[in-house]
Amino acid sequence: MISLPPEARPAEPTSPSPTAAALTRRGFLKSAGAAAGLVIALQLPLMRKAYAGADVGEVPTGDFAPNAFIRIAPDNRVIFVIKHFEMGQGVTTGLATILAEELDADWSQIETEYAPANVKLYANTELGAQGTGGSTSMANSWMQMRRAGATGRAMLVAAAAQRWQVPAAKITVRSGVVHGPGGRHATFGELAEAAAQLPVPVDVTLKNPKDFVLVGKTSVRRLDSAAKSTGTETYTIDVKLPGLLTAVIAQPPAFGATLRHFDATAAKKVAGVTDVVEVAEGVAVVATGMWAALQGRRALKLDWNLDAAGPASSAALYDHYRALAAKGDGAPVQIDPQHKTAMASAASTLEASYEFPYLAHAAMEPMNCVAWLHDGMLETWGAHQFPTFDHANAAKAAGLTPDKVKLHTLMSGGSFGRRANNWSDFTVAAVNVAKAIGRPVPVRVQWTREDDMRAGLYRPLYVHQVKVGLDAKQRPAAWQHAVVGQSIMAPTAMAAALIKNGVDSTSVEGVWPTPYTLPAPEITLHSPSQAVRPLWWRSVGNTHTAYVMETMMDELAERAGADPVAFRLAHLQDQPRFAGVLKLAAEKAGWETPLPKGKARGIAVHYSFETYVAQVAEVSLTADGQPKVERVVVAVDCGTAINPDQIVAQMEGGVGFALAALFYGEIDIENGRPRQGNYNDYRVLRMNEMPRVEVHIMPSGEAPTGVGEPGVPPTAPAVANALARLTGQRIRRLPLSRTSFKTA
Amino acid sequence: MIEFKVNGETRKVDADPQTPLLWVLRDELGLTGTKYGCGIAQCGACTVHLEGRSLRSCSAPVAAVAGQNVTTIEGLGSKTAKAVQQAWIALDVVQCGYCQSGQVMSAVALLDQNPRPSDEDIDLAMSGNICRCATYQRIRAAIHAASDALSA
Repeated sequence: MISLPPEARPAEPTSPSPTAAALTRRGFLKSAGAAAGLVIALQLPLMRKAYAGADVGEVPTGDFAPNAFIRIAPDNRVIFVIKHFEMGQGVTTGLATILAEELDADWSQIETEYAPANVKLYANTELGAQGTGGSTSMANSWMQMRRAGATGRAMLVAAAAQRWQVPAAKITVRSGVVHGPGGRHATFGELAEAAAQLPVPVDVTLKNPKDFVLVGKTSVRRLDSAAKSTGTETYTIDVKLPGLLTAVIAQPPAFGATLRHFDATAAKKVAGVTDVVEVAEGVAVVATGMWAALQGRRALKLDWNLDAAGPASSAALYDHYRALAAKGDGAPVQIDPQHKTAMASAASTLEASYEFPYLAHAAMEPMNCVAWLHDGMLETWGAHQFPTFDHANAAKAAGLTPDKVKLHTLMSGGSFGRRANNWSDFTVAAVNVAKAIGRPVPVRVQWTREDDMRAGLYRPLYVHQVKVGLDAKQRPAAWQHAVVGQSIMAPTAMAAALIKNGVDSTSVEGVWPTPYTLPAPEITLHSPSQAVRPLWWRSVGNTHTAYVMETMMDELAERAGADPVAFRLAHLQDQPRFAGVLKLAAEKAGWETPLPKGKARGIAVHYSFETYVAQVAEVSLTADGQPKVERVVVAVDCGTAINPDQIVAQMEGGVGFALAALFYGEIDIENGRPRQGNYNDYRVLRMNEMPRVEVHIMPSGEAPTGVGEPGVPPTAPAVANALARLTGQRIRRLPLSRTSFKTA
Repeated sequence: MIEFKVNGETRKVDADPQTPLLWVLRDELGLTGTKYGCGIAQCGACTVHLEGRSLRSCSAPVAAVAGQNVTTIEGLGSKTAKAVQQAWIALDVVQCGYCQSGQVMSAVALLDQNPRPSDEDIDLAMSGNICRCATYQRIRAAIHAASDALSA
């Protein structure tokens, strides 16, 4: 969801890499007050000053200090503190796998909890803030968690060596038990207190990957499957606190609308309604339960000023953006001085214009947060995907210093980027309501599905205009590419770091840079701003750039009379991993084998978030002309595969998520209002539309990279390419529901 | 007062008769395994059983279930339910997990009525349950696995 360039990462004066050289200079701290157990903490480099305000020292309760990744209790429980946010992508299991591997803990003794807001201890070292996004979790944690686990193991071994008076070299650790000569053995819990008294080793030996017993094994299963299969997981909507109230907010009906006045007389008469308060977000109706709150909201009389509502409509935006693209005077992304000459001497051209609508994330759990102002402090319970943002924003809204604000981060019912935002919109809403009611009672702000879908923070609407000059042999000789759409980063605190010379790299990632060798490119970008706020949406810029690049490559291959795989390979230089997944997907899909009449294959490959994914889609048309995706073959190269079955799961889910947007995804704005509001008009994928997905993981010893997002980008172009083969129609405006198909 | 049975226990609630069963379960009875997703019977996250059949509790007024038996995810205990949940866990079906209570409830109702469902039967019975993480392939496999386990 968020990919920050190196300059936005933590200051590391002599090393550009946060995971390799930097780690050797990172000291290990042993936390004080750990007498009852072993606590290991990594000392991270100082974070960028901008985030320093969110730094808070958590006060330990009970036996253990929280500034740590590992706690071992005398009763032999091994508790891992998870610094990343779980939205279903499996990061809890992933980080635990690495820690348990190097610690040699037994999988059955693992417990996890989510880290408090503390950027010094729990920063995402690739983002320079505490937060989860950009498919960076495993990449930034890999060496950090390995060292944390190995340090814990070394201290347990040292404690056993001391107790048994034997050399450490004679001691082994297997599945949570420390073994010494003569059959002596001890559990981690039995050694915890002694280990806690020992000095923390400065240097520890990491396992040889060939000795891994958990990393790379499909036998490691998710830690949250049982709770989620039995309804016992606690999400924000499930939080129970004494006297907890529920609030729903009457939000502005259009972007930019403001409240003139409201009449709460009838709302206050609804049984169960306790308060009606005006907050920055609208008018909040607070009640003893959700139904009363909804009834109260329905009874409000609201007078909105719509004079400033906008943008007028998606249709107008497309017109405006097409005109901007045609002007060709956008900010330069990449300009080859030879471009104009190359284009002028082209024998022919291929021109195409592409349109992508606003998209809502539509996570299953509508946004919500519990806020409780009491005893001069604020506590929140919520899906805090970006604690650094949420902590600072919540403190500001409450008028408290950050040390008086405690975030409790919970499991989330999906996110796809929505829960990480610069404004912490739903968290701040809860704080504002808690403040407005003026009593020290906890209150949960709960958005309805419609509130959630109409609140903005969408994947922005984009237009691409591409013109490729071809030589006499139909080979690309010049590439002109204009991208138009809101900058996702411009309204955020990261703008300065991520926007260079008017170019937000997330608007063009996938067009430039690209693994392809583009002939004499001229790539430009317009970033108009709009009243509807933009946000990263699972795979960010790649949601549209991969579609344009991969359908255009396919069209160019067709024009040249070349095989789509061979054509792509011919436009690559020194891209072995990109080429590798392309060839693997083709091979596993039986690319060379003809399909029966009425079916066609399409292929696409894309590099995003340092991971390479190629997909082959097999597509047919139903009797009424609807595209049906029958099978998708995925090849993924994400370096070392930590949890292979979770990589498979993310690829399966990525395909399904992408298909929903391809088929139906569209927030259409009219009169400044989003037309769609629920799953009936913003359709998402259903069981009967899910293709068979087969995933092949490229064996690799490279450092691990992310898989939460990279499965998404290739799906839509692979399907579109298959549809083009099947019907002769090249789809340049999404979603597909705007097109009717006929077999060619 | 509206009286009905939840998970075998008689419950009396003093609620507006139009209150959707979902909010009575969650806010009055503290049974939060049943989830809110859309409020208009489009997503299935709120699925419970009414006399053994799937019901979207977000769109059923509590008055409509008076005198009847409601089962929520907390009250599952049948052989079918155990097989379904075991298959869910064995195959690591879940991702974010928010829809999965509803998925499990629909799957149990399906297998109770049709112990050997085909893929088409599964499509028909489960297409009312949205999973935004798109875990559908594993849901399908888990239903088949549970069916196999129950027939073994």
